Amino acid sequence: MAVCIAVIAKENYPLYIRSTPTENELKFHYMVHTSLDVVDEKISAMGKALVDQRELYLGLLYPTEDYKLCRYGYVTNSKVKFVMVVDSSNTALRDNEIRSMFRKLHNSYTDVMCNPFYNPGDRIQSRAFDNMVTSMMIQVC
Amino acid sequence: MEGLTLSDAEQKYYSDLFSYCDIESTKKVVVNGRVLELFRAAQLPNDVVLQIMELCGATRLGYFGRSQFYIALKLVAVAQSGFPLRVESINTVKDLPLPRFVASKNEQESRHAASYSSDSENQGSYSGVIPPPPGRGQVKKGSVSHDTVQPRTSADAQEPASPVVSPQQSPPTSPHTWRKHSRHPSGGNSERPLAGPGPFWSPFGEAQSGSSAGDAVWSGHSPPPPQENWVSFADTPPTSTLLTMHPASVQDQTTVRTVASATTAIEIRRQSSSYDDPWKITDEQRQYYVNQFKTIQPDLNGFIPGSAAKEFFTKSKLPILELSHIWELSDFDKDGALTLDEFCAAFHLVVARKNGYDLPEKLPESLMPKLIDLEDSADVGDQPGEVGYSGSPAEAPPSKSPSMPSLNQTWPELNQSSEDTAIVHPVPIRMTPSKIHMQEMELKRTGSDHTNPTSPLLVKPSDLLEENKINSSVKFASGNTVDGYSSSDSFTSDPEQIGSNVTRQRSHSGTSPDNTAPPPPPPRPQPSHSRSSSLDMNRTFTVTTGQQQAGVVAHPPAVPPRPQPSQAPGPAVHRPVDADGLITHTSTSPQQIPEQPNFADFSQFEVFAASNVNDEQDDEAEKHPEVLPAEKASDPASSLRVAKTDSKTEEKTAASAPANVSKGTTPLAPPPKPVRRRLKSEDELRPEVDEHTQKTGVLAAVLASQPSIPRSVGKDKKAIQASIRRNKETNTVLARLNSELQQQLKDVLEERISLEVQLEQLRPFSHL
Repeated sequence: MAVCIAVIAKENYPLYIRSTPTENELKFHYMVHTSLDVVDEKISAMGKALVDQRELYLGLLYPTEDYKLCRYGYVTNSKVKFVMVVDSSNTALRDNEIRSMFRKLHNSYTDVMCNPFYNPGDRIQSRAFDNMVTSMMIQVC
Repeated sequence: MEGLTLSDAEQKYYSDLFSYCDIESTKKVVVNGRVLELFRAAQLPNDVVLQIMELCGATRLGYFGRSQFYIALKLVAVAQSGFPLRVESINTVKDLPLPRFVASKNEQESRHAASYSSDSENQGSYSGVIPPPPGRGQVKKGSVSHDTVQPRTSADAQEPASPVVSPQQSPPTSPHTWRKHSRHPSGGNSERPLAGPGPFWSPFGEAQSGSSAGDAVWSGHSPPPPQENWVSFADTPPTSTLLTMHPASVQDQTTVRTVASATTAIEIRRQSSSYDDPWKITDEQRQYYVNQFKTIQPDLNGFIPGSAAKEFFTKSKLPILELSHIWELSDFDKDGALTLDEFCAAFHLVVARKNGYDLPEKLPESLMPKLIDLEDSADVGDQPGEVGYSGSPAEAPPSKSPSMPSLNQTWPELNQSSEDTAIVHPVPIRMTPSKIHMQEMELKRTGSDHTNPTSPLLVKPSDLLEENKINSSVKFASGNTVDGYSSSDSFTSDPEQIGSNVTRQRSHSGTSPDNTAPPPPPPRPQPSHSRSSSLDMNRTFTVTTGQQQAGVVAHPPAVPPRPQPSQAPGPAVHRPVDADGLITHTSTSPQQIPEQPNFADFSQFEVFAASNVNDEQDDEAEKHPEVLPAEKASDPASSLRVAKTDSKTEEKTAASAPANVSKGTTPLAPPPKPVRRRLKSEDELRPEVDEHTQKTGVLAAVLASQPSIPRSVGKDKKAIQASIRRNKETNTVLARLNSELQQQLKDVLEERISLEVQLEQLRPFSHL
């Protein structure tokens, strides 16, 4: 279950970060922040040229020690990063499911981008995006 | 009085007013009080009113008959137009506008009146908009209702410069829910639906404060130039009163467009009263939106790019966040550009917002773009009503633009239909060739219900894979049988039986059995069966079908029974059938099952046969489970299913046979025999077992072998005893089967667990 979902802009500041309220959110924020390094490392290591969908998905960034919190990364072609912290204590999510979740995130993100009233770089305040994220965080739980 | 010639518009208008005043429904005489009120609303000096009354003869008669009333109205119009009141003037004055009645309570009425007169030209734009606010159950009577409406409107909205929306006041009803402010006129006279976005209409200019006078003024006026309206729109703070959400304007109902005559307006009013959709776009509004669209993008089929739309809507001075939300709602295909429909929806939402209505969380149906080109609709995939797209205009497009479909109505209908059909989503299943063939045959035969969920397509592979094999196979079978396809897998006897069974997964398929089951005869009315005839026939059918196997999907009910010969070959039949893939079992079973509502007596036979067959089949069954997991891994669900069902079929044939039989009996509610009941209970206990059609095959075999069940009631006693015996035997057999199946289930689960463990072990590597 996704306990935290974050959208990080190209300049590495968060456009959107949301976590399930149960846990202390700061901790998730911190985890996301640390994941950014890993993400950067991955995308720099990746081939410069070919950035296709597959490589947009970065996979498990690194497993966590304690309560099995896994972080997954996903980067778009415009270097907007999605980081998802997933609680894998219950059924471990398959890779495909994570991918599909990222895909949904990406789609919603592009919908937000399409909105002419949204200035890139603003925090994402779209209700539709919120709803989608909420559904993702709840459904997996 | 002199003969009064009225134009059509006037006629209509007057009759409306008359009916308005005719609260006693006498149809002859109007209440004086109302009339006086009306006249007062006309804003004529009192002496003029008196004069009118005198002229029309009311004072003479003491009451207002219809003719008097009409004359009076005409005189009011005359007076309002400034002509001297003369009796002759009623007929001589040409092109008299309809009398205007303004609410008397409001000081602003005078303003309105003034604006009316001044901006009569603008009225035209409203012509179409008179949708009576449905909500309040008002009588949609004539414009007189405006009187009451007027005060409200005026109370609320006034922008002196822009009388807002004339008709708007009416809507009080519909948007109740929307109303945030109490402004909207309390339903009272919602008859007048003036729906219209407040600010919107203000651009339209003035004169619009929704009074019936508007009607009069409207006749024959052209819509105001949009441009300046927009400008005023930008300047105008949201007008409260106007119920922007025009309730039901008639769009679909009438083609009142343009400068409607008062007649049309009244008609609209009447018709739309029943419709209560606060988000409906009236024709007037739509026209306005279209005009606005044209200013940005002359091609009505084209798009407005996001940037242009952004500027445009920014003019409305709504906060960016809300505009952003509006955009999200209205840009249906999420392409960053607005089509005409999207633009209208967005504009409508802006207007609503400006009038104080909260933005919905999702786009209301009436605002959904109705006409989307096929190429665009690709993006719209997520819409519920794709069906509705391309060419959905159910009604003649009221607006000038050919691309504008009639609003709304088609949408929900299409949604409905699409939803219904959506229920039936074929689930891809792989089938063995024979099975496919069989099913195809069945499909052709049944021919009906393309949407039949139970068609071979419906089986869900996932069910098979994830669930207990038994269950899944059962379900599949049940689904199929429900369809009436005697597809191999479906063994379920009767659709009713299936329905009652636990495995009834596809409820929707439940409908099919009766519809789409040509092969199996329509399920016999269970309760009425007596053992005798129906049983035999059923047995016969089962036997027959068992014999005929694959491909024999449809057995006419009158298949002659083949008792003996079938019995012996029964087991043999099963074997080869199994070898072939067990299609026959399943195929036969569905047919058999529906045909055999009465299993009561046959169960006994089946017990025998089952016991015979069971042993044989168990071996086969044992073999199959091993095969099945392998298959599962590789094959698509359907094939799996087939295999599973086959194997299971074999296992359960015996069990199923009796089970089916018992199932058959189950529907036979009335059969008095306790035996049947026992069977039924047993059936319920073993829902899984019941599912297997193979049982029916076995049963058929069993039955075939047995002598025909005594039918006559005279033999009941013996028959009862015999059936008791048989049932007991069946019970034991079934119990045994059950245990075996449970064992298999455990094995399968273990396998599954082991596989999952392996998967888990393998998984960590996948991430790196």
